[in-house]
Amino acid sequence: MKAVQKNKVLETCLIAGRIMIESGSEMYRVEDLMNRIAYNAGVQRSVVFTTPTGLFIGIENQPYAQLGVISVRTINLEKVENVNTASRQFANKEISLDQLMARLKHIDHDTIHFPIWMQIVAAAIISALLMIIFSGEYDWLDILPAAVVGALGYAVFITVNRLTSIRFIGEFLSAMVIGLAAYLLTGWHLGVNIDNIIIGAVMPLVPGVAITNSIRDLLAGHLLSGMARGMEATLSAFAIGTGIALVFRFFM
Amino acid sequence: MPYWGQFIIQALFSYCSTVAFGICINLPRRALLWCGFAGMAGWQVYWLLFNFGSGRMLANLLGALAVGICGNIMARRKKMPVIIFNIPGLVPLVPGGIAYRAIRNLVLGNLNEAARQGVSVIMIAGAIAVGFMLAQILADITRKGTITPKWVSRH
Repeated sequence: MKAVQKNKVLETCLIAGRIMIESGSEMYRVEDLMNRIAYNAGVQRSVVFTTPTGLFIGIENQPYAQLGVISVRTINLEKVENVNTASRQFANKEISLDQLMARLKHIDHDTIHFPIWMQIVAAAIISALLMIIFSGEYDWLDILPAAVVGALGYAVFITVNRLTSIRFIGEFLSAMVIGLAAYLLTGWHLGVNIDNIIIGAVMPLVPGVAITNSIRDLLAGHLLSGMARGMEATLSAFAIGTGIALVFRFFM
Repeated sequence: MPYWGQFIIQALFSYCSTVAFGICINLPRRALLWCGFAGMAGWQVYWLLFNFGSGRMLANLLGALAVGICGNIMARRKKMPVIIFNIPGLVPLVPGGIAYRAIRNLVLGNLNEAARQGVSVIMIAGAIAVGFMLAQILADITRKGTITPKWVSRH
């Protein structure tokens, strides 16, 4: 195998791994997928090292190595599924390495999202329904306020994240808006229990899944990844908490 | 409210909220309606156990185990990664409400309450993670063929 070819294999693996980590896949799956692509492309002994902020791939005992940087980490499972499918097709020899590379670039840039209005409606549904099942007291009067506040908070979250690339400011501002809106609605007697409304409304934002995933990474032995993801989840939880806390401090 | 009424409401609401969360994290369209069942199973196991007085930790652990088993079965059926069903299915179980109360108490100065609830959040997250690990072990045991793939040359 020529040097150009080897570098191309490594680059393809790197793109696949980067998309997977950016979309919130588990670490063992990322490493498995990169090794598998390399193996199917003819590189028998690849070495992969992944962290949530960067990843390396090389060939054992040979002077070939490449590294990539990861700056955004979101959850986008459509991308994970598409990369997985592309890798499976490559393993079955349905597509060539060049086609796989083109496919990965396409996945990276052009994966379609659900429309914004649909996400906001979904956030309203999450807020209202989880408020009912979490509060445990069937607080039907607050179902509509929780939906409205939750939708508002999620809309703020999306908008702020579009406008700025600073981390955690979206969580902070949307939590503040949620707190204010819940306070105003209960003040106008449109809502009854401010705690229930806020618990429901922050549910689309809380990093509960991220915290659980980070502990799972830790238990699986990926210490670095578990610490980094756990730290990120803790910081965004604190951003949400601070946003709500400011409202409490001033108005209660 | 009669007990069966509560059961139906809990099932319906956990299913719908799981699917709605799937929309927020851009789940593949053909998995959207299926992931709701994982969330529903997990939450029903949790809710029944919690109502029968098993305590939070065991209920969360077995709930996460139910989510993991459902996720693994569906992932094998549909040939998709497990996390596509596990991450949305987890949403009803995550300790969001307690985390909120912990931070609220921290801000309002009730430090004892805040510490108690904060520890409880970490323990619940740990219980959920252990439940997932058990489901993964079950999946590995029942998988046919070799566990170590041929492209892993070390370890």
